[in-house]
Amino acid sequence: MAPILKISDLHKHFGPLEVLRGISLDVDPGQVVALVGASGSGKTTLLRCVNALEDYHKGSISLGDEQIGYQELNGRRVRLPESRVARQRADLGMVFQSYNLFPHMTVLDNVALGLVYVQKKSRAEAERIALSWIERVGLAEKVKSYPFQLSGGQQQRVAIARAVAMQPKVMLFDEVTSALDPELIGEVLAVMQNLARGGQTMLVVSHEMMFVREVAHRVVFMDGGVIVEQGPPEEVLVRPRTERLQTFLTRFRGVLR
Amino acid sequence: MGAYHFNWFLAWQSFPRFYWGLALGLELAALSLLIGSVIGMAGAFGRSFGPTWLRLAVMSYVEFIRNVPLLLLIYFAFYGLPKIGITMFDNVWSFVVALSVYSGAYLTEVFRAGVNSVPVGYTEAAKAVGLMPWQRVRLIILPVTFRIILPSLSNTFISLFKDTALASAVAVPELTYAAEWLNVNTFRTIEAWTFAAVMYLFAGYGIAFILRRIERRYAVIR
Ligand SMILES: Nc1ncnc2c1ncn2[C@@H]1O[C@H](COP(=O)(O)OP(=O)(O)OP(=O)(O)O)[C@@H](O)[C@H]1O
Ligand SMILES: [Mg+2]
Repeated sequence: MAPILKISDLHKHFGPLEVLRGISLDVDPGQVVALVGASGSGKTTLLRCVNALEDYHKGSISLGDEQIGYQELNGRRVRLPESRVARQRADLGMVFQSYNLFPHMTVLDNVALGLVYVQKKSRAEAERIALSWIERVGLAEKVKSYPFQLSGGQQQRVAIARAVAMQPKVMLFDEVTSALDPELIGEVLAVMQNLARGGQTMLVVSHEMMFVREVAHRVVFMDGGVIVEQGPPEEVLVRPRTERLQTFLTRFRGVLR
Repeated sequence: MGAYHFNWFLAWQSFPRFYWGLALGLELAALSLLIGSVIGMAGAFGRSFGPTWLRLAVMSYVEFIRNVPLLLLIYFAFYGLPKIGITMFDNVWSFVVALSVYSGAYLTEVFRAGVNSVPVGYTEAAKAVGLMPWQRVRLIILPVTFRIILPSLSNTFISLFKDTALASAVAVPELTYAAEWLNVNTFRTIEAWTFAAVMYLFAGYGIAFILRRIERRYAVIR
C-alpha cells in the first residue's frame, strides 16, 4: 500500500538552531502514528511543517502524490502561492494544544465554516454535516454556545469536530490534551480513539502513553531533531533498544508497566 | 453692573435649536467615526504590511495629527482647502473632513493594536481549516479585531462627539453653536451654556449606556 503521507529527509532550522535534522517518515492510510519525545525534540515543528505552517529548508513532504507547500521549478524548490497552500491544507486537519476555536462564532458555525467557505457546500448541507459531527463528539446540546461558554475539554472536542468534518486525508494532533484538567482528558482521548477505530489516518503528538499504547499502530520516538526509534507500541514502549528512549520512558514507568 | 436676571423660559424656547444641534453633533461624530475607521483600517494595514515609504507616510500622518490641535485642522479644511482649489465642501462637510482625518490617525493606532492583539492561534486555525488569505482576514481577523477594539471605538465616538463642539468655530449649527446663538441674541449667557452642558451630559451618558450594552453583546472573547 502506498503511503498517504510521505516525509523525506526533512531539515528545518530556526536561525542557528537545527530543529529537524533529516526526518523521514511514511504514514499509510488508516494508520495511527504517535510521535513521542522530550520537550524541544521538534515534534510540534514537524507537524507544523506538514501543515505548511512553517517553511523548511530541505527535504519534502507529500500528501498522496502532491508535494505540500513547495514545487520544483527548474530544479529549484519554490514556495507555492498562499492560495494553493490553502487548498492543500483543506486535506489536512489539525488540532492544536490551545483549541483555537474562533471566539466570535458558535460551535455550529465553527464546525460549518470550512464546509461553507472552503468546500463550498450550501449552508444547510454544511450545518447538517457539522451537526452530525458535533453529535458524534457528544456536544449536541452545545451547538448554539460560544467557545467561552465551554470547558476546555468541550472546546477541544469541538476543535476535533471542526477538523474532521472536512474529511481530511490525515489528521494532525499536537498534544491536544496537555492544556486540559486531568478529569477532562479522558473525554477528548475517547473521541480520538473513536476516530482511529473509524479508520482515520492520524499523526499524533502525545504524552498520554496509555492512549498511545492502545491506539497507535506505530510509535515514533524523536530526540534532538532525528527519529531515534520506531515500531509497534508493544515493542518501542516496552522494550526500548536505545538508551535515549529508555531514559525518556523512565518518567512514564508507572503508566506503562 | 446690574444683577443677572435668569430667564430659563427664553432658553427653553430655543429648545428645538438645541435639540437639532445635538442631533447634528451626533451625526457628525458618527460620520467621522465611520470615515475615520476606513482610514484607520487602511492606515493600520499600510503601516503593518505596506512598503517602507507607505509605513513612513502613515507614521508621519499619525504623528502630525497627534501634535496639531484639532481646531487648526478645522480651520485649514474650511479656509485653506478652497484656496488650493478644493471648493466642494461647505462648512459642515469641511468639518467632517477635518474630524475624519483627525480620528483616522487615532483609529490607525487603535486598529493596529487590535490586529496585533488577535492571537496568532486563530489565524493558524483559520489556515488549518483551509481558508484563503482574504477569507482569513474577512471571516476571522477583522471580526475578532472589531470585538477587541470595540471599547476603544466607543471611547473614540464619545470623544469625537465632544469634539463636534469645535464645529461652532466655522458656524456649523450644532449644540455649542446653538448656545452661542442664544447668548449673542438674548444675552441669556448662563442659561445658554448651562442648557448646552446639561444636554451634552445627558447625551454622553445615553451614548455610553448604549455602547456598553453593545460591547457586552459582542464580548464573546474570554
Ligand atoms: N518560532 C520559533 N523560533 C525559534 N525557535 C523555535 C520556534 N519554534 C520552536 N523553536 C525551537 O525549536 C525546538 C523544537 O521545538 P518544538 O516546539 O518543535 O518541540 P516539541 O518537541 O514540540 O516540544 P514540546 O514537547 O515542549 O512541545 C525548541 O528548541 C524550540 O525552542
Ligand atoms: Mg510541542
